[in-house]
Amino acid sequence: MHKLLRQILKTGILPRHPCGQHGPRCDAEASKPTLAAELGRALAVRHVDSGSCNGCELEIQALGNAVYNLAAIGVRLVASPRHADILLVTGPVTRAMVDPLRAAHEAVPDPKRVVALGDCARGCGVYTPNYTTVGAVNRVVPVDLAIPGCPPSPETILEAFATLTRP
Amino acid sequence: MSWMRLSSPLPIHHAWVDSALWRALAVQWHCEDGQLIALWGSDERPAGLGFVVHAVIICADKWHWISLRAGIDNPRFPALSDLFPAAARQERALFDLLGIACDAGDTRSWLRHDAWGPADFPLRRDFTEGPPTTSADQPYPFISVRGNGVHEIAVGPIHAGTIEPGHFRFSVVGDEILRLEERLGYTHKGVAKRLEGMPLRDGGRLAGRICADSTAAYAGAYAMAVEMVCACAVPPRALWLRALLWERERIANHLGDLGALCQDGGLAFGHTQFGLLKERWIQTHGRLFGHRYLMDMIVPGGVARDLDATAIALLDSECTTLVAATRHLQYIVDDHAGLQERFLGTGRLAEAQARALGAVGLAARASGVSCDLRVSAPTPPYDILNTQISLHHGGDVAARVAVRFEEIYESARLIRTLLAALPTGPVRADCGRPEGSLGLGAVEGWRGLILVAVTRAPDTDSHHVHIHDPSWQNWPLLEHAVLGDLVPDFPLINKSFNLAYSGHDQ
Ligand code: SF4
Repeated sequence: MHKLLRQILKTGILPRHPCGQHGPRCDAEASKPTLAAELGRALAVRHVDSGSCNGCELEIQALGNAVYNLAAIGVRLVASPRHADILLVTGPVTRAMVDPLRAAHEAVPDPKRVVALGDCARGCGVYTPNYTTVGAVNRVVPVDLAIPGCPPSPETILEAFATLTRP
Repeated sequence: MSWMRLSSPLPIHHAWVDSALWRALAVQWHCEDGQLIALWGSDERPAGLGFVVHAVIICADKWHWISLRAGIDNPRFPALSDLFPAAARQERALFDLLGIACDAGDTRSWLRHDAWGPADFPLRRDFTEGPPTTSADQPYPFISVRGNGVHEIAVGPIHAGTIEPGHFRFSVVGDEILRLEERLGYTHKGVAKRLEGMPLRDGGRLAGRICADSTAAYAGAYAMAVEMVCACAVPPRALWLRALLWERERIANHLGDLGALCQDGGLAFGHTQFGLLKERWIQTHGRLFGHRYLMDMIVPGGVARDLDATAIALLDSECTTLVAATRHLQYIVDDHAGLQERFLGTGRLAEAQARALGAVGLAARASGVSCDLRVSAPTPPYDILNTQISLHHGGDVAARVAVRFEEIYESARLIRTLLAALPTGPVRADCGRPEGSLGLGAVEGWRGLILVAVTRAPDTDSHHVHIHDPSWQNWPLLEHAVLGDLVPDFPLINKSFNLAYSGHDQ
């Protein structure tokens, strides 16, 4: 036990990531005005993988580590779409994920926003439409914000979330 | 029948066989404890061979690639799943994609999900590409368990956490799992069809985006297969750097999974600490290799970037730091009674079961099955690295955790050995034009063996690429490992395997 406590003390509290405060603006394409007015500064996010290669998921998971500390900018990943303000969609929407994605979208209460994360979800990744792939997320549900990258870096994703919470 | 030794660093022989021999050889190899690595098909009508079914089976460390002409109208072949259970889902996928039928019992579709019609076969060359159908997905005939107090829990395709989509159907009594049936295929993106339509030398970018956590291993296996078809000699320095990338990828994934296992086991401290180690590790990837997950580093002909002396020194000292930090955390994990209580005996897969099911990779090694390509068929530079295999016999979550710890230490040792004796010279050769008709590449990824096979019709310059993920073998293991365990332990057991969805569905 003392080893565990010593390790916690040794690690300490990492410097807060500057993103969302004064970090460089990324080229995330915002279309709707900020959510802050409608929802306040805490966002609940439900992620849906619509057929990604798992790269975008790795970076969403990385947001939770001590370096990026997503919770510090008031963003929380939640287990149910019913608890969410934002649907965060990755992947090029395979045919088999069209219906589950629609169902998840419907389950998110209004007012809601959809964020398409990664080049596949934006419709410009390696997975172009084909016999089993529909393509960009906005072909299935309306998208409010798209985050570029393959996969987008954690800094880019944090900055994009910050644009949503910024008053 | 005549065996042809393929010019590959792998000990592989190829032969064309007829139906009787296909079966006879499989029976023989089955008796000799052989292991089926992959079973797939290709439309070789451009080469005048009709539809062809292929299998790669390893027996006594010899690799056999057999190909069978299955005919043109109503193509068929003798099933192998009665001998090698790992073939069952591959046979179902083969029918979905190519319409090549076999005499296996289970003929339910596996990858199709009503994205295309039951009489359409996307990997046939004359398949007309159109958008997917939009008819409602037909209900999937799960096998149900009846009995007093038995009920079903359906999970997925969207899961509660940030993970890939798949469906799990549990039959339970109270909290105890009586049966688990998986349904996958939700992330099928038609990779093989896409690769058919692009020049072989351009496919690496896509091959490295089938399963992001194994991108280096995928891109490496793909490059090996293409280099064989192009008769390209890869510079030694590039081969060494590739091995370095594969070992770094293995460490990154083990760190991430150890963190997640601590989290699921109730020790959030472990999640934070391992998460931090992983983050620093992949930040180095970003700085030195241009991508946090190493995408696009391995290309046909070599690697995309070289390392200078400063980078080599940095990578070396990073290994020392990492090993010390990991040992410290392992002490805490091993000493934590609550965590060990969750790990020990949970999700047990006995050695006999693992062998019968054809387990590969990390999961096999945790159940006492000694299989590791780096040891059994070492390609340069592994031939001189003397990799120590991590073998545990418990078959439970604790054993899979132990294998991961040991593999971190061993991979760090390999990386330091590679760095200390990195050959000089270029890191990339021109791949040249494809000339041959068969190509094969294999890499021991962090989950297990990833195989890429290329068949090519030289006259028409058409090709087919098959990419096999070890999760094909290992997903069925999970169905067995959870039996008798409690539903709340499922996430922990699942994480201890951490199998690929996109890598499997492609
Ligand atoms: S954008 Fe890139 S990382 Fe994300 S799912 Fe697509 S291929 Fe994978």
